[in-house]
Parts: sequence; C-alpha cells; structure tokens
Amino acid sequence: MTRKRRSILLDPLFNNNPIALQVLGICSALAVTTKMETALVMAAALTGVVSLSNLVVSLLRNHVPTNVRIIFQLAVIASLVIVADQILKAYLYDISKQLTVFVGLIITNCIVMGRAEGFAMQNGPVDSLLDGIGNALGYDLVLVATAFFRELLGSGKLFGVTVFTNVTDGGWYYPNGLMILSPGAFFFIGLMIWALRTWKSGQVEAE
Amino acid sequence: MEHYLSLFIKAVFVENMALAFFLGMCSFLACSKRVTTAFGLGLAVVFVLGVTCPMNQWIFNHLLREGALTWLPVVGPRMVNVDLSFLGFISYIGTIAAVTQIVEMTIDRFAPALYGALGVFLPLIAVNCAILGASLFMVERDYTFAESAVFGFGSGLGFALAIVALAAIRERMRYGNVPAGLRGLGITFIVTGLMAIGFMAFSGIQL
Repeated sequence: MTRKRRSILLDPLFNNNPIALQVLGICSALAVTTKMETALVMAAALTGVVSLSNLVVSLLRNHVPTNVRIIFQLAVIASLVIVADQILKAYLYDISKQLTVFVGLIITNCIVMGRAEGFAMQNGPVDSLLDGIGNALGYDLVLVATAFFRELLGSGKLFGVTVFTNVTDGGWYYPNGLMILSPGAFFFIGLMIWALRTWKSGQVEAE
Repeated sequence: MEHYLSLFIKAVFVENMALAFFLGMCSFLACSKRVTTAFGLGLAVVFVLGVTCPMNQWIFNHLLREGALTWLPVVGPRMVNVDLSFLGFISYIGTIAAVTQIVEMTIDRFAPALYGALGVFLPLIAVNCAILGASLFMVERDYTFAESAVFGFGSGLGFALAIVALAAIRERMRYGNVPAGLRGLGITFIVTGLMAIGFMAFSGIQL
C-alpha cells in the first residue's frame, strides 16, 4: 500500500475526523449512542453504506452530467440504505426497532453525501473506497467511544451486562442519569473535541 | 381543534427536532454564527418541512402503503397485496429534493443577500435530517393528512426557534474568553447541551 493510500485511509481517524473537525454526521452520532449495541449496529450499517456509495459514485462519475449529480448521488445512497434497512429488519429485528428512523436517516447523514461530493466525484474507485472506509472508521471511533462512556456511566452496563452494580440492586454505583439523556451526549462530544484539539493543536479554530 | 393545537405545541417544544431528537445538527451547528443567517435558514426549513411532510403523507397513503393502490381503475382490485413501503426512503427524498430546489430558486430571485449568506447550506436542506426525519416520524406515528401538516409546520418552527436562540448566544459569546481547544465547535456543543437541558423542562408536560 502506497503512502498516499495509507494517509487516505488513516487520516480521518484523528487528523481529519468527520465528526470532530469536518462537522459531518453529528445527528446520528448523538441519537444512537445511549447503548453499545445500537451504536455498533449503526456503525456497521454506516461503514457499509459510505464505502459502497463512494465506490459506486466514483465508478460512474464520468458518465454523470454535473447539474444532475446531487440527485444521482442521492439515488445511489438511498438505494444502498434501503438494502441496509431490509438486511437489518431481516436479521436484527429487535435492534432495527430500537434504531427506529435512524437507519433511514443514514441517507441524510452528511458524511455519506459529503464524501461522495467532496472526494468520490474527483478520484478513482480504489482511492474512493479507501476514503469511504477511512471516514466511516473515524465516525465509528467517535460513535463507539461515546456509546461506551454513556452506557457505562449512565447505567453501569456494557452491552446490557452489568459492570458496576447499581445502588438500587445493592451495589455501590450511583448511575449518572445525565449521560443517558440527550444533553449528556453533547457534553461528552464537546469534551472529546476539546481533548482532541489539545492533543492536535493545529485543529484549534481562530477567534 | 384542541388535538391539533396540542400536536403543534408538542412538535415545537416537547419534541423539538434539534434539541430533543438531535436532527438537523450539521446545519444547526454550522449556520448559527449570526442571527440573520440563522433566521433565514429557519424560515426556509419551516417552509420545506411544512410542505414536504403532508406531501409525503399523501405519497405514503396513496401509493406506497400495503393495499394503497386499490384506488387505481381496472387494475386496482388486484393491487390489494402490493406493499411498496420499502420504496419509502427514495420517494421521500425525491419530494424533499424537488421542494428544496424550488425554495432555492425563490430565495435566489427575491433575497440574493440571504442566498449568499446561506451558501452551500441551502441546497443541503435537502439532506437536512430534520426534514427527512419528520417524514419518517410521520409514517411511524401514522398521522392523518391534517395532522402531518400541523406536525411538519410545528417541527420546522421548533427548529427555527432553536437555531435563532443558539445564534443569539453565539453572538454574545464572541466577547467571552473561551479556552483555545474549545473555541468554535467545542463550546457550541456544550452550549447546545445546556439548551437541551432547558428544553427538557417541557418533557413532563401532558397534552
């Protein structure tokens, strides 16, 4: 693997993270992260959709006139999401019920559209596939980290298995209800961005 | 009448698109630097949501739902078992993209300054999760045509309210001394979290 391809694949993890720096795909990052289980399923579905949509858009990019490109990209993405949704309904019905509308909302997840428009329209299929996987991994990283802390601190569990025994069950841990509620996700991601920008100080925004 | 009023209040405050469901976060965070821009985007979202939600309700109930095609002449009676609801995503996004295009042309014609200020986020209303999200919630909750119009309009108004409030806070915050790593995106997340806590005060209200 050449140096360029490696950087396409690995840069989105920390240096150019889709959520923390590009401000893409935040909605679902906040809404599905109360539990590890839903976060992992969402991460898997999104990884599949982003990498395949990048590949398809890149393969067809020279045959599509520029003024209809948005609707073309939406058609590709919507078809892939329909496939992902049907697969989830068939094999993981309970989790797909918990994710409710958020699987459908992958269509409007800015990462998918942003990478299709920003990268796949200008680059070859292999690079685009790598870019899709890389950005999806950067997104997955934030999603899983957020879900890990929200489930652990919010209910003392991981994957539904008790890690810290709650006081109500005779244990010692007072669950932090804020982490389960929506503001908890905002605070957590805000703090995570702070930590990342303290580490990689080049990402600090100008006043 | 009372039923519609309570649905409206619920859509605006209790189930606020931005602060309770985290939908439309990308433009929520990116277009909230100035109150005027936020107000313009808010208006556009109110319009697009108010129009697309009832339109998609009609499409779902008369074309896609199981047994919906029975109104057709001649072939109708044989369509009882046809269930096209898996085509939902792609039809809703098509409607939304078309309405957004109309709004874009209207704003370009009548308010060129606002058109310039909104920039890329105007076409991106098409992929604003709040708009597709409202259509998906409408299907899930099985609203009637009138209910979906009220719900769409209310959700749009809730989003506009939230984004204008956030923009006002951010304009004030320019005079504050924010730690370097939190500047910009980080502090916006935390402010949004605090606003979400404020909106949680509505959550116990029974309507």
